[in-house]
Amino acid sequence: MDRNTKYHALKVDTEKCFGCTHCMKSCPTEAIRIVDGIAVIDAGRCVDCGNCLRACPVDAIYVVHDGLSQIESYKYRVVLFPSVFIGQFAEVYSEGQIYEALLKLGFTHIFEVEQPVEWLMESIKESRDEVTDGPLISSFCPAIVRLIQCKYPSLVNNISHRKAPHDLAAHFAIQQLKAQGASETEIGIFYITPCSAKMAAVKQPVAEKKSIVTGIINMKDLYNRIMKLIPKHEHIDTTEFRKYLSKEGILWCLPRGETSWYRKKTMAIDGIHNVVKFLERLENNDVPQFDFLELKSCNQGCAGGILLTGNRFLTVERLQKRAARYPRANQITTAEWNKEDVKEKLISEKIEPRPVFVLDENRVRALDKIQKMNKILCQLPGIDCGGCGAPNCHALAEDIILGKARMSSCVFLQKKYVKEQKIKPEKAYQNLEKIWGEKRFDADCNKKGGRNEGF
Amino acid sequence: MALELAFKISGGDFSNAGKASSRIKKVLKQLNIDAKSIKKIVVAIYEAEVNVAAHAWKGEVKATVGEENILVVVSDCGPGIENISLAMKPGFSTASKEVREMGFGAGMGLSNIKKNTDELNIESRKGEGTTLTFRCYY
Ligand SMILES: Nc1ncnc2c1ncn2[C@@H]1O[C@H](COP(=O)(O)OP(=O)(O)OP(=O)(O)O)[C@@H](O)[C@H]1O
Ligand code: SF4
Ligand code: SF4
Ligand SMILES: [Mg+2]
Repeated sequence: MDRNTKYHALKVDTEKCFGCTHCMKSCPTEAIRIVDGIAVIDAGRCVDCGNCLRACPVDAIYVVHDGLSQIESYKYRVVLFPSVFIGQFAEVYSEGQIYEALLKLGFTHIFEVEQPVEWLMESIKESRDEVTDGPLISSFCPAIVRLIQCKYPSLVNNISHRKAPHDLAAHFAIQQLKAQGASETEIGIFYITPCSAKMAAVKQPVAEKKSIVTGIINMKDLYNRIMKLIPKHEHIDTTEFRKYLSKEGILWCLPRGETSWYRKKTMAIDGIHNVVKFLERLENNDVPQFDFLELKSCNQGCAGGILLTGNRFLTVERLQKRAARYPRANQITTAEWNKEDVKEKLISEKIEPRPVFVLDENRVRALDKIQKMNKILCQLPGIDCGGCGAPNCHALAEDIILGKARMSSCVFLQKKYVKEQKIKPEKAYQNLEKIWGEKRFDADCNKKGGRNEGF
Repeated sequence: MALELAFKISGGDFSNAGKASSRIKKVLKQLNIDAKSIKKIVVAIYEAEVNVAAHAWKGEVKATVGEENILVVVSDCGPGIENISLAMKPGFSTASKEVREMGFGAGMGLSNIKKNTDELNIESRKGEGTTLTFRCYY
C-alpha cells in the first residue's frame, strides 16, 4: 500500500447515513464534515478511534474486514485474538467451549495474542532507554499512536519502538509451527480485531513496511458465528493452546494492564478525550515526571472496543476473574523456544510525525490565513451548532480560509445576509441543501433520527 | 506581518494559567513550526504564566508571532522581584506553602525560561510589578 495514503477501516454507508451531527460532534480530531447530506471523513485527520461509529444513531458507519473465506487456502490456519474476546461471553460458556467453536469454524491453531507476554514486557522495558526526554509512551493503542503523530508531533519520539501483542503472538506462532515442520507459505494467520484502530494498524502498520497478518476478521462478526457453533459441553482438551497465557497477558488491554507490571512511576489513561487533555498538559511540561504512560483510546480499554459485544464493565469483570486463575508471566517457562529471535522482530522502525493541522506549508501565507481566520471568527456567532456542516464555528472558519466553505455556510449569517438583502432567500435555501442534501427539509414522518434519542 | 495575541491572568488562578501557552501552541502548530521549537516556546510561556499566578496579583501575556520568531511579553502587577540574579538561580524560591503543595515552587521556572529562550530581559520594581520579555527563533 502507498505509504502516503492512510488506510482506514471505517467507512460511511451512504445509503444509511442521513446527515445528522452526531459523529461530527464526537470526533476528537474534527475530521468529519457533512457534505450533500452525508458524513465525509477526512482521511488525513482520522485516527480510527471509532467514536463516530459509537455516536451514529443509525449504524451508518461500519468497519470493513476480510471475512473467513480465505482461510481454506492454508494448511495451518492460525487464529489470533486478544484475550478481551473471551471476556465478552457470558460466564456460562467456558474458555474451552469457545476454543472448540473456533476449531469447528476451521481453525487449526488458536493463539490468544498476549503470549508469551513476558518477552514483550522485557522488550518494552528495554525501550525506555531509547527515549531521551520525558516518559516512555506505550505503542499499544494504534488510535493513540496516530493521534500523537498528527496532533502532538513533539511527543512522537516518546512512543515505544515496540510492536503490539499480535506481532508477538504471530512470530511466536510461526516459530512453533515451523518447529512442527510447517513452511511459511502453508501458514495463514488471521487476526480478530476489537476495533477499527487495530484493523488499520494491522493493514498498514505505522512503522513497518509489511503486515505479518494474512487476514483480519471483525470481532463482532466472529462473536456471532461462535454463538451459533458453541457446544453445550467441552469434548476436547484445548488447554495446550493456553499454555503460555498469564495474568498480565489477560489484563494487558484493560486500564492499568500495562502500568501494573511496568511499575516505577506510571500513569494509565483511558478514553481518547481524556488522553487529549493529558497530552496537552504533557506538552506544556505541566505534569510530574513519569517513566511510562499507558494511553488507551476506548473507555475501559479494549473492553470498550467498538467491535465488542456486550457491556464493557461485565467484560472487565470476567477478565479479572479469569486472570486470577492464571499464573504470573514470570512463572511460565518458555525456555524451549527462541526468545531472542522473536524479541528482535518486536522492534519497530521510527515513528514519523504527521502534522495535519498546518494551515499552509509557507509560513507567511499561514500567518496570513490565521489572521483572516481570526477576522472570520469575529463574524461567526459562536453557537457551535453544526448547522454549517462543520463541528463548530472555529472549524468552519478554518474550512473557509482553506476554501472548503463560505461565510454563507453559517445558517445564522445567512439569515442576516437575507435580511440585509445581500443574498436572495432562494439562494440561501440552496446553500442549506448543498450541505444537508436536497429535499432534506421536506416533511417526512418516517425520517430517521431526532426521535429515539435523549432519555 | 505578525500576529498579536493577548491573554489575561489573575493571581492565584492556577487552573487558568496555561491558557495562553495552549492557545499559542495551537497557532504555532498551524504555522508548521517544528515540534522542538514549539516545545521550548510553550514551556517558557507556561512557566511565566504560572509565576504570575503564584507570585503576583494580576498580569497579562502578549505574544507577537512573526515569520522568524515569537516575542512574548509577560507583565504583572505584583510584589516584584528584589534580586533578579538570585531569583534566576535554579532552586531558589520564595513560594508559599500553599503554592508548594500544589506542586509548584521548585525554583526552576525562571531558569527554565532562560534555558528555553534566545533573548530574555527581566525588569522589576519592588511593590509594583515585573515584566518578562523574551524572544525565541523558530
Ligand atoms: N512574576 C513574579 N513576581 C514576583 N516574584 C517572582 C515572579 N516570578 C518569579 N518570582 C520570584 O522568583 C523566584 C523564583 O522563580 P521561579 O519561577 O524560578 O521559581 P518558583 O516560581 O518559585 O518555582 P517553580 O517555577 O519551579 O514552580 C520565585 O520564588 C519568586 O520569589
Ligand atoms: S474514527 Fe475517530 S478520528 Fe476517525 S472520523 Fe471517526 S471519530 Fe473521527
Ligand atoms: S483501546 Fe483497544 S479497542 Fe480501543 S482503539 Fe485502542 S486498541 Fe482499539
Ligand atoms: Mg515559577
